[in-house]
This record gives sequence, C-alpha cells and structure tokens, in this order.
Amino acid sequence: MTTTIPMSITVDGERHDLDVDPRTTLLDALRERLGITTTKKGCDHGQCGACTVLLDGRRVLSCLTLAVAKDGAHVVTADGLATDGELHPVTEAFLANDAYQCGYCTPGQICSAVGAIDEARRGMPSAVTADLAADVTLDRSEIAERMSGNLCRCAAYVNIVSAVEEAAHR
Amino acid sequence: MRPFTYARPDAAADAVATLAADPDARFLAGGTNLLDHLKLGVVEPTQLVDVTGITSTEITELDDGGLRIGAGVPNSDLAADPRVRERYPAVAAAILAGASGQLRNMASTGGNLLQRTRCAYFADPTTPCTKRDLSQGCSARGGWARYHAILGASEHCIATHPSDLAVALVALDAQVQVLGADGARTIPIAAFHRLPGDDPTRDTVLAHGDLVTAVDLPAPTPAVANSTYRKVRDRASYAFALVSAAVALEVREGTVVDVRIALGGVAHKPWRATTAEAALRGRPATDDEFRAAIAAELEAAEPVESPLGGNAYKIPLVTGTVVSTLRGLAGGVA
Ligand SMILES: Cc1cc2nc3c(=O)[nH]c(=O)nc-3n(C[C@H](O)[C@H](O)[C@H](O)COP(=O)(O)OP(=O)(O)OC[C@H]3O[C@@H](n4cnc5c(N)ncnc54)[C@H](O)[C@@H]3O)c2cc1C
Ligand code: SF4
Ligand code: FES
Ligand code: FES
Repeated sequence: MTTTIPMSITVDGERHDLDVDPRTTLLDALRERLGITTTKKGCDHGQCGACTVLLDGRRVLSCLTLAVAKDGAHVVTADGLATDGELHPVTEAFLANDAYQCGYCTPGQICSAVGAIDEARRGMPSAVTADLAADVTLDRSEIAERMSGNLCRCAAYVNIVSAVEEAAHR
Repeated sequence: MRPFTYARPDAAADAVATLAADPDARFLAGGTNLLDHLKLGVVEPTQLVDVTGITSTEITELDDGGLRIGAGVPNSDLAADPRVRERYPAVAAAILAGASGQLRNMASTGGNLLQRTRCAYFADPTTPCTKRDLSQGCSARGGWARYHAILGASEHCIATHPSDLAVALVALDAQVQVLGADGARTIPIAAFHRLPGDDPTRDTVLAHGDLVTAVDLPAPTPAVANSTYRKVRDRASYAFALVSAAVALEVREGTVVDVRIALGGVAHKPWRATTAEAALRGRPATDDEFRAAIAAELEAAEPVESPLGGNAYKIPLVTGTVVSTLRGLAGGVA
C-alpha cells in the first residue's frame, strides 16, 4: 500500500492542490491527474523532449521529474505562454514558418525554444559556441545544437530552426 | 515501479544517516538517471532521499586559487559560469558536449559523477548482467559491444563510464568532497571511479550512504587554461561518446612542458593516459610524437570481438582524436 503525499503546483498560472503517489512523474501529474494534455508523452525516458515544460522558468523534461519533488513549483506549458489572448512570439513563429507536421512534438519544441532563447540571452554557451568566453549569437547551427534534445518524427527540423531563428531575432 | 517513500531532509547528516540505516534507500538529485532506472526496474529502492535542498548550488573561490563546485550545481550553470569557461575550458566543453539543454538544466554535479553505465544489457533487467547482479553473467561479451571498454575491463564486465564531465575532471586532478557516516573526506577524482575487477556492481569507491557534497578544481595551471574536450559520437549532438578526450597542454619553444590526457568511452572509469603523458613530457610537440605517445598508451588495449559489433574501431578512433586535439592545443589545425 502506498501512501500519497499532499502537494501543490501552479500550472499556467492556476494553482492546483493534489495528493500524489511518490512515483508520479510531473508529466503524469499534468496529464493524468490534472487533465492538462498539452504536454505530450513520447518516450517517457528523457530521450525525445516531447514532455518539455518550463519549471520555475527553466526548460526541463517532465517525464524524468517526480511531481512530489516539485511541491510549490511554477510550471508553464505551451498553453500558458500566451498572454491576454496574444500568442507568444515563439508560437507565432512556429505558425508562420510551418514548423510542424503532425504537431505531436510541437508543445515540447515551443517550450524548449522559449528556454533556449532565454539561455542564449543570458549568455549561456553551447557545444558549437566557437569562443566559450565570448557572447552568443543564435545562428542556425547554434539553434540546431540547442534544440537537439527535441526530436521530431516528422522531421520538421528545417522549419523549426527557421521559426526559432525568427523568434530569437525579434 | 515498486512503491517507495519520499523524504526531503533539512540536513546533509540526516540524509547520510537515513541511507546508512537503509540499504534500500537512494539519494535523488536531478533524477535524470535515477528516474529512468526506476521505470526500467534497474534499481528498486523503497525510499528516496531528495538531496536537492541540502547540496550547495554555489560555485565559490578556494583560497588556493581553485574553485569549489557544490554537488547541487546544475550542469548547465557549471558550464555557463564565466570563471569555469575562462579558467577550465575543458570542464565547460565536456558538459556542453553531453545530453541536451533540458537535461543539463536538471542534472546535478554530484549525480553526473554517479550516473550508471549506458550498457544496453544493464538497462534491460530481462538480460543477464553482472553489474546489476553479481550472480548473473555479462551479456555484452559476445553481444552488442560497440560502446564497450578497450582498457581495464575484466571478464565480469566490459562497460564504460558515460559521464563527459568526469573525464574532464580526471584530466584536471579535481578532488571530490564526500560526507559519510564517519564524517567528511576528500577523494582524488582519479581514485573515485573503479575498474570492474571481480565486483562490477560498484562503479565508485563510495560506500552506501556516502554523499558527494562538492567537487574542487585545483588552481589552473597554464596547461589547464589551454585545455579542451573532444567527443566523437554517432551523431553530431545528443548522444553518448564513442570515445572522447579531455586534453590540457603547455608547449614552450616547441617542447611539451606539461600535458594531461584523460579518455572517455574506453574504460569502466575515465582513463587517465599516464603512459602517453610521460612519453610526451619534454618531447617536441609534433604529430609523430603525439602518435607515438598514444600508441604507447594503447598497447594495453584489449578490444572485444563480437558478431553483433565489436569495438576494435576505438583504437584508431582514440588515436586520431587525441592526436588532432593535441595538435589543436599546440596551435595547429585540430
Ligand atoms: C537521453 C539522455 C542523454 C544523456 N546524454 C549524456 C551525455 O551525452 N553525456 C553525459 O555525461 N551524460 C548524459 N546523460 C546523463 C546525465 O548527465 C545524467 O543522468 C545526470 O548527470 C545525472 O545527474 P542527476 O542529478 O539527474 O542524478 P540522479 O538521476 O538524481 O542520480 C543519479 C545517481 O547518483 C546518485 N546521487 C545523486 N546525487 C548524489 C550525491 N550528491 N551524492 C551521492 N550520490 C548521488 C543517485 O542516488 C543516483 O544513483 C544523458 C541522460 C539522458 C537521459
Ligand atoms: S558489460 Fe557490464 S554492464 Fe554490460 S552486461 Fe556486461 S556486466 Fe552488465
Ligand atoms: S517523454 Fe520526456 S523526453 Fe520523451
Ligand atoms: S511534427 Fe510530428 S513529430 Fe514533430
């Protein structure tokens, strides 16, 4: 018999109180307990990026996060990026650049792109940053490297890179 | 997944005492390796002790000119720290060469060193694996052994250690700070990970309940300031190393005065290439010398042959990787 643990979590601005089995991942808490199915389950093992959300402002994989370990955290899914009915610039850029086909990876791609653009603005380097001590410019190779944790079975990669490029340079 | 309880102690000593008293308890940090293994049934703890509240997330200056990295520092923050990027470029480069942006945000410094092998049989409890259970055999010998060790393996296990960060730390002579049931101690990183010998279940010299609290980088030498990490993989990003090298080099008037070489993807632990280093010190910084030095190191190599894919390819791959990395650090074309 497992005992559940009470916790609260704010998702897309709305606070939820729930009791969770300690084994529940953040992904399953979102989808199965709170009915928030924007965030997708691909591999459930950290290998595809479909479950990417912004947790306290940073992009993470919700499938490898235990819900109980994030009591009190703020989660933003691709749904919560819009403000006052206006789409987020990254979401807009995905639409404008046709950066998806089936759309299954898209919520994770968008959250990941928002996180990646923010990381670059804060000066965080990547594996393709030529000079580790210098500032970062988000060119196509930087974007491809920084988005490599998000797989797309439809291989919409070329347009995804274009969308992120457009959003980053707004 | 077997049921487990979850605890979040306020003090490191409490976390250590909880584990010391319960062989079925495990520390949880970023969860990126442990959660995967819980789902796969590779480990079945009955208690998780969350250490994220009790391991430092700070990088601080040491009196001797080095840096102390708290065990809770996320991999992404470590790679982005301006002091690390400037003084220890191999450390930043090694982290950035691994995993993905999301995973590096989650993964901790301590958890990175304690991550388990990516041997496919280890991750699959339906196949025999001595590392999971000493009474079983090794499925990788004669099986899918492409990723496996060419140095320091035993008849019981040919797995490699998957961490990129650990390889850079070994090249730089980092020190691991540990809190155990009997108090704090310091372990040189080269003595932290083990060779498999007759007990591959143990990846490191840590006892159950030992908590990594920090990693210390010694004051940078000119060679360390001129260091880098080169990783070769099946695809350009988001893949584990086939082989990798953390290399630091100081050349004066064409002569090697200081050199450090650590290899990843070749052994059960990051492999410090001491034979190659000794062969190079005081020698001209030329391709021929580089090639001879790494050849001397690899004399001990024992590649695994297998109908499903062996790993003899790693010998020329390590050679080319090390030679071109040394050449680049010496000012030539890498
Ligand atoms: C798809 C994928 C790709 C990856 N690619 C790479 C790669 O290319 N290169 C690479 O190096 N890594 C890679 N990783 C591995 C990743 O770097 C590790 O999973 C991560 O560093 C582990 O850190 P964590 O904090 O999440 O550890 P956890 O998963 O929380 O813990 C891992 C282990 O360490 C123990 N532990 C945690 N903290 C401590 C502590 N302070 N003291 C003692 N024990 C502790 C835990 O009990 C557990 O046994 C990849 C992972 C995934 C899922
Ligand atoms: S190589 Fe080691 S980890 Fe892999 S199956 Fe053999 S014993 Fe297990
Ligand atoms: S579902 Fe989380 S990474 Fe694939
Ligand atoms: S659009 Fe179909 S998986 Fe990416």
